[in-house]
Amino acid sequence: MLKDITLGQFFPGYTIVHRLDPRTKILSVVFYIAALFTAVSYVSYAFMFLVLCLCVGLSRIRPAALLKGLKPLLFILILTSLLNLFGTQGRVIFEVWILRITWEGLRNAVFMTARIMMLVCGTFLLTYTTSPLALTDGLEQLLSPLKKLRVPIHELSMMMSIALRFIPTLIEETDKIMSAQRARGADFETGSLARRAKALLPILVPLFVSAFRRADELAVAMECRCYHGGEGRTRMKVLTMQRRDYLTLLFWFFVLAMVIVLAVFGL
Amino acid sequence: MTILRLENLCHVYGRGTPFEKKALNGVSLDLLSGQYTALIGHTGSGKSTLIQHMNGLLKPSDGRVLFEGEDIFRSKEATHNIRFQVGLVFQYPEHQLFEETVWRDIAFGPGNMGLRQDEIDERVREAADFTGIPEELFGASPLELSGGQKRRVAIAGVIAMRPRLLILDEPTAGLDPAGCADILDNIDRYHRETGAAILLVTHSMEEAARRADRLLVLSEGKIVMDGLPNEVFSHAEKLRGMGLDIPAPTLLALRLRELGVPVSPSVFTAEQLRDELLALRKGDSLC
Repeated sequence: MLKDITLGQFFPGYTIVHRLDPRTKILSVVFYIAALFTAVSYVSYAFMFLVLCLCVGLSRIRPAALLKGLKPLLFILILTSLLNLFGTQGRVIFEVWILRITWEGLRNAVFMTARIMMLVCGTFLLTYTTSPLALTDGLEQLLSPLKKLRVPIHELSMMMSIALRFIPTLIEETDKIMSAQRARGADFETGSLARRAKALLPILVPLFVSAFRRADELAVAMECRCYHGGEGRTRMKVLTMQRRDYLTLLFWFFVLAMVIVLAVFGL
Repeated sequence: MTILRLENLCHVYGRGTPFEKKALNGVSLDLLSGQYTALIGHTGSGKSTLIQHMNGLLKPSDGRVLFEGEDIFRSKEATHNIRFQVGLVFQYPEHQLFEETVWRDIAFGPGNMGLRQDEIDERVREAADFTGIPEELFGASPLELSGGQKRRVAIAGVIAMRPRLLILDEPTAGLDPAGCADILDNIDRYHRETGAAILLVTHSMEEAARRADRLLVLSEGKIVMDGLPNEVFSHAEKLRGMGLDIPAPTLLALRLRELGVPVSPSVFTAEQLRDELLALRKGDSLC
């Protein structure tokens, strides 16, 4: 069950989307989100949906995998659409007791749901097609101007890549500890909420102990290889922008411009 | 008498995904009560998967697990209760310790059985005695102990449930030779004094040969050999073909035979080989 978590998952591949510079992809997502929030009409949403389909198609990621990532958000999706559906003033479609559905509410609900779903799918596409290492590299490069303001960008991105690296390890560890405690008769599934919360203790304590042990070992291993932070550190793989990266960015300028134009003309 | 029976056990990981893998492929097996069995197999041969079926942690994709003739998956309660009868000690069991004191950690299993306080105390003392944990350590935090002591506490935590079948997955991994022998001696004592059946999963052929009455060899999810240790080791070539080492004394005996020394090929401890060779010298048949 724990293995179903899709956070930070990467599907290796060699499509054009996979090969783009991570910086391009991060910027593309920024443009994509900006465009999504500018879109106000059915036409512009349809246009954004087409753009998303194009990206998914190029990346060869199965749409089912993207939809699986939406599952944890189901509750938020339902909640926002219900709030919008019942909480908006306007022309009434029908009314029961204190519940009132309006045309405006219906419209808002549809737009909000579509916006959240497309937002999540777009960002998942980034993590699905970019390895965690490339992602943090790209982020570090993009944010490096902030170093002048003494923001510890290198350290932050190192922390992020270590965190991403250890997610699967810790999930595996949790599975193992759970099995070991089950073998001693621990029961995580029955009983009241308080009892179940207490039953988590035999998992959490060993998990924390092992996380600290791993952190310790990792720190020693990094020190043994003379790691001393980002200063003066060079890279084996230097990120370089290619023609395809500039073309991609140009494409996103066009998408954003298109959505703005659509918004101005009120379509 | 059969204590645990496996019938045509199959297990498939990730069915229906591109990562589908058949870990067990029709394992049928009878473990007898009071028998000391060793299970050997290459990494990835399915050992860990197999033993996790024996106490119901994993559900077979196909086949049945019977404890004293009854299916352990017949009800949720039965599956839960089987864990007190079939004790499973995982690899590196010290990573599961969590309580504030050694006593309370060992008492976790018996506590889950719903026993009375005085009975829990009795079992904790008994388990500590079997694993050689002195009473002074009862109040110590398990996290402060040495690696070997932690391992003993973890094993005691399973023994305290008084399992009728005790399964240990590489209980000596990562310990020094003296610590290894100590732990195995403790397990021998539990076996002798309670008459419980033991299933020892190990990499060390010497350990397996020295302690067990019966040897099982698992390869690619199937039991490929099953018999007395000397029977199994007489198929040295076959074992090596599966990537398994045979005990050094056996290897030496086989080499000597190639050179024409008539020593028995079914020796597997240094002492046995020594006795064989001494007997040969007495008989003056050494060339």
